[in-house]
Amino acid sequence: MIELQNLIKDYGSLRAVDTINFKINEGEILGFLGPNGAGKSTTLKMITCYLTPTDGNIQIDNYNVYEHSKEIRNMIGYLPEHNPLYLEMTVYDYLKFVAEVRQISENDFNKTLRDTIKKCGLTEVISRPIKNLSKGYRQRVGIAQAIIHNPKILILDEPTTGLDPNQIAEIRELIKELGKEKTLIISSHILQEVQAVCDRIVIINNGKIVGQGTTEELKMSNQRIAKLNLELIAPETELYTIKEYLPQIDVKTIKVNGENVKLEINYPQDKDYRKDIFNFIKQKDWTILEMQLHTSTLEDIFRNLTSGGKNE
Amino acid sequence: MNNTLIIARKEIRTYLNSPASYVVLFVFLIISGWFFSSPLFLINQASLDTLFSIIPIIFVFFIPAITMSLISREKDSGTIESLTTFPLSDFEIISGKFLASVSLIIIGLIFTLIHLLTISFLGQNVDFGAIFCAYLGVILMGAAYSAIGIFSSTLSNNQIISFIIALLIIFFLFVLQFILFFLPSSLAEFFQFLSTEYHFSNLSRGIIDSRNIIYFGSLIAIFLKLATVIMETRKWK
Repeated sequence: MIELQNLIKDYGSLRAVDTINFKINEGEILGFLGPNGAGKSTTLKMITCYLTPTDGNIQIDNYNVYEHSKEIRNMIGYLPEHNPLYLEMTVYDYLKFVAEVRQISENDFNKTLRDTIKKCGLTEVISRPIKNLSKGYRQRVGIAQAIIHNPKILILDEPTTGLDPNQIAEIRELIKELGKEKTLIISSHILQEVQAVCDRIVIINNGKIVGQGTTEELKMSNQRIAKLNLELIAPETELYTIKEYLPQIDVKTIKVNGENVKLEINYPQDKDYRKDIFNFIKQKDWTILEMQLHTSTLEDIFRNLTSGGKNE
Repeated sequence: MNNTLIIARKEIRTYLNSPASYVVLFVFLIISGWFFSSPLFLINQASLDTLFSIIPIIFVFFIPAITMSLISREKDSGTIESLTTFPLSDFEIISGKFLASVSLIIIGLIFTLIHLLTISFLGQNVDFGAIFCAYLGVILMGAAYSAIGIFSSTLSNNQIISFIIALLIIFFLFVLQFILFFLPSSLAEFFQFLSTEYHFSNLSRGIIDSRNIIYFGSLIAIFLKLATVIMETRKWK
């Protein structure tokens, strides 16, 4: 449905978005993940026709951003970063204004408004000025203005930034609800958020895509090092002999607590060394208190993929 | 409804909900009222000439004050991003804001009609034709200044800077008429033609000359076009 082809955006000499390619299918919830300053917002601004790409193309159905800006803007509901709103307007006036701009007729307006405020939980604050609302409610107003014309595509740029945990949970519920019927792009620098609501994730760093796929796919493709935590009763001095027995493994840290010893062992993912390690310990006649294998979480992958990037 | 009108209506509502616009209107009416009424019985003529000689001066400050926030504030608060990602063209946004500002000027001018009432009660032979032309003149002048103000407002996201840029451009156009004698006579005619005061003075004497109307119309068209172009440059930055 949405296809980004070799998308490039330069701000002066700074290349903010560097040759990005990806596709979003109809009905999919895509998480667009990256550290601050990675180029997420810039990419979304180009999809929503706020900025024009320096090079490359964005194709949405049969439209492209160069020639069909208006058609594309009609199809998209957009919540920009920082959720800009006309603070002096009341929620009702603002939504009425957006409905007019979105060409919703007077006759449909009442029904549309009722549905939207119900969906977004704005019923109690409808006549209040936006400046008097809490951040959570403001975010709901931002989402309400984005969905009022029932767009096929919904783009939310960091929808939960600055909210408290309860509000975040509420907004996520709302996003999940919206994702059932729309194609959704959510950008975030918070991993759990993307993990919680998205079907597929695109990770971007310094304007380049550094990873994409479902949560599972990302884990699979990036799990190169396995981490094994062990707690033993063993003489500390003899611990390193394990390296002689199994040269492929790497003993990272050792903590001694009385006769208990904790170690972390890393080894390449391609082979499972747990049996060998166990055999070695059995042969030495040590006691195993704990043995735990950590597969890397999405968080590790994210950090791994985006570390070393310059943060602006 | 037409997109330009939707924007204009929203901006007018913003004006009417904002205490600042009442303050500006109030100051406009106090100053113009004072300059009209204090010499009224000295001059002893049933005319609004004193009013129409002070309004162009007040407009130099009044109009930048009402237009300065129109785009600047949207840029500053980021609402420009939601506004321009609605299916509106940049020109519709600019022209809507222009209409709103002209409407506020007309509202201000409507209050000055009370002076017209005063002279038509007190005196005889009120030249309604000339007064109509003069009102047309101040509205055209106000509209041209509004276009300049909106153009300045697109240049910065700081309202004060927008105000000052508009003030400088408008003051330049206004003051040209009064500095002509510093200029060589070959240039004087050209600069006189650029001056808003020159074109307004024709209208305020009751002469509707197409040149004057074309002059104000061109100013409006040029500055609204420039404002639209500046708005569009954001896409390429």
